[in-house]
Amino acid sequence: MNWLAFASIISAAIAVSFGAIGPALGEGRAVAAAMDAIARQPEAANVISRTLFVGLAMIETMAIYCLVIALLLLFANPLLK
Amino acid sequence: MTSPLTSVALFYLGPVPITAGVVATWVIMAMLVIGSILVTHRLSLVPSKTQAFFELVVDTVDGQIRDTMRLEPTPYRAFVGTLFIFIFVANWSSLIPGVEPPTAHIETDAALALLVFVAVIWFGIRAGGVRGYLSTFASPNPIMIPLNFIESLTRTFSLLVRLFGNVMSGVFVIGIVLSLAGLLVPIPLMVLDLLTGAVQAYIFAILAMVFIAGAVGETKPAPNTPS
Repeated sequence: MNWLAFASIISAAIAVSFGAIGPALGEGRAVAAAMDAIARQPEAANVISRTLFVGLAMIETMAIYCLVIALLLLFANPLLK
Repeated sequence: MTSPLTSVALFYLGPVPITAGVVATWVIMAMLVIGSILVTHRLSLVPSKTQAFFELVVDTVDGQIRDTMRLEPTPYRAFVGTLFIFIFVANWSSLIPGVEPPTAHIETDAALALLVFVAVIWFGIRAGGVRGYLSTFASPNPIMIPLNFIESLTRTFSLLVRLFGNVMSGVFVIGIVLSLAGLLVPIPLMVLDLLTGAVQAYIFAILAMVFIAGAVGETKPAPNTPS
């Protein structure tokens, strides 16, 4: 195993682990705010949860980007060819 | 372990390689088309149980379109409804043993995202003409033109990566757990995967609606539809 492969594996792990922190915090805040809003206004629960789902998917995309980068590094690394 | 970014050709149709994802896509498409023809074949005013169920589905799709887009659902029902039902069935096709969902391959998702990209332009031009559609790029002011243009490309790309990443990571994780822990252990993950699949189909349809409504709604004043 050469240094390039070693660096790729380490960077893939770093990309996923650190890329998960931000979206996790963001999703936590979003869910907490939505719970708060539903508790205050239970009749608006439908609209709030629909918006929440869309927002969560948007935030989650950031983590998915990191996952795709990691997979590119592991399986389709242009430098290792 | 095989790479999730490549797909292996099953057989060749002349010079064209046919992968398992393509076969699964065509089977799902044929099932949906034949199913729709059978269901709408004999409609009656007093609905049977099947007809009542599918009327409920169409009504739910209509309600979601009306709530999200604030427009009358008739022109958008076919496109958005088909997107949702196809992605939903494709994501849940992993329930059948041996079938990998076609949405876990990047080509299928790229095709779906491209459809949304074209549909936004199509519905935008149909609502406000070419001038009206192009002028939406200059809103709120002309400085935003490059930014709006880039946004229309990047949001298509993020639509593609979101669906691909979510479905593929589910399949990938199940494969890893299966190879490490063995039979029956990944079942909770598969249940989670079903939930993710349903939510992602919903999200994809909702975002397609939001993008189309953005292109259509800015070209003309929004009507006051009761929600």
